[in-house]
Amino acid sequence: MTDLWRLFLHAAFVDNMPLILFLGLCTFLALSKRADAAFGLGVAMTGVLGITVPLNYLIYVTLLAPGAWGWAGLPELDLSYLSLIAFIGVIAAAVQVLEMILDRFFPNIHASFGVFLPLLTVQCAILAGSLFMVERSYTLAESAVFGLGSGVGFALAVGMLGAIRTRLAYADLPDGLRGLGIAFLLTGLMSLGFASFAQMAATL
Amino acid sequence: MATKSEIWRVLTDPLVRQNPVTLQILGICSALAVTTTLATAVTMSISLTVVLTLAAGLISTIRRHIPETVRLIVQIVIVASLVIVIDQLLKAYFAEVSRALSVYVGLITTNCLVLGRTEAYARHHAPVPAMIDAFGNGLGYSLVLVLIGALRELFGKGELFGYEMLPLADAGGWFEPLSLMLLAPSAFFLLGFLVWAVRSWRPEQVEAPDYTPPGRAEAAE
Repeated sequence: MTDLWRLFLHAAFVDNMPLILFLGLCTFLALSKRADAAFGLGVAMTGVLGITVPLNYLIYVTLLAPGAWGWAGLPELDLSYLSLIAFIGVIAAAVQVLEMILDRFFPNIHASFGVFLPLLTVQCAILAGSLFMVERSYTLAESAVFGLGSGVGFALAVGMLGAIRTRLAYADLPDGLRGLGIAFLLTGLMSLGFASFAQMAATL
Repeated sequence: MATKSEIWRVLTDPLVRQNPVTLQILGICSALAVTTTLATAVTMSISLTVVLTLAAGLISTIRRHIPETVRLIVQIVIVASLVIVIDQLLKAYFAEVSRALSVYVGLITTNCLVLGRTEAYARHHAPVPAMIDAFGNGLGYSLVLVLIGALRELFGKGELFGYEMLPLADAGGWFEPLSLMLLAPSAFFLLGFLVWAVRSWRPEQVEAPDYTPPGRAEAAE
């Protein structure tokens, strides 16, 4: 149990997806202009990551890993080069389901996501979650915890940036810095802050 | 058929005026992650430009046959297949660079630049303009990557492409490497300043303010 908790903290803070690993930055920057949209994105990310990482784990272990077809008399078969296509297919399906659910039950959140919800399919953070899961050979429980932890870390970061940028709407910035430029500088400062969590990893 | 000047416009617009990274907020993740050295930045730029151009051509060719509802999955599968080919090629011929890029080659699949361009342009245009647009965007992306990669490697290690440019203080030279340049935050700062510089040069890219203080609004008029 403590191992899983440690993994959760590690995924959420030490290896924070947008701030330390540069993953999922496009939506991170584009949707953090308002705090409520940022919060919605964070929740969606946590949901999608928490579902797709364990799902992709099951697909990888039962179908793609070297030797997975041993029961069918094909112990030599290694389909792991197909994992990119398989993972992205699972993610695309999950995102479309999410889009339909949002459209049906939360139309205002759906409207505020706009073009970026389909782009959640190509959210690097989500695919990277599955790729890291394979690279670090997690178990099923670990991959679920890792997915949720990364999602929570992303939600935290995007929520904070959204809150800062909402306040910043009243600031008098140089023209060229307004919008994207200041968002990058803020992200850099937050990234400096999160870099100090690396110290936490040593004491965990 | 598009005229020559129109093709030229589609090709050169994404370089500065519509740059994918600094204006359209597309493909930023990899732009920051692979720019610690110039060699990885260049490899990534070439891989991405090739994938983007081919994907735009393919998707635009079959654009009338893709049903609207499943178009995302079809596009992604096409892009993923191209990325697998590139990944295997890199592993076979440039093993070292491929290791340095780690998962980020696979992540070209989910580079929002690729899907963003196919969604926004290739889906509605004939193959040739679509490929030109994709190539232009690939070049715009490469421009930013190479610039940031060069700055980070030059000031972080005193090298370019692994060759010494600034003699290091450790080896009897005068240059003290800024190791912060190799860490995550400096990539954000550099890109932030780059955006600032581009927008000061081209004021039409400046975003409209969300809110104007009352006193200031009158003063401006």
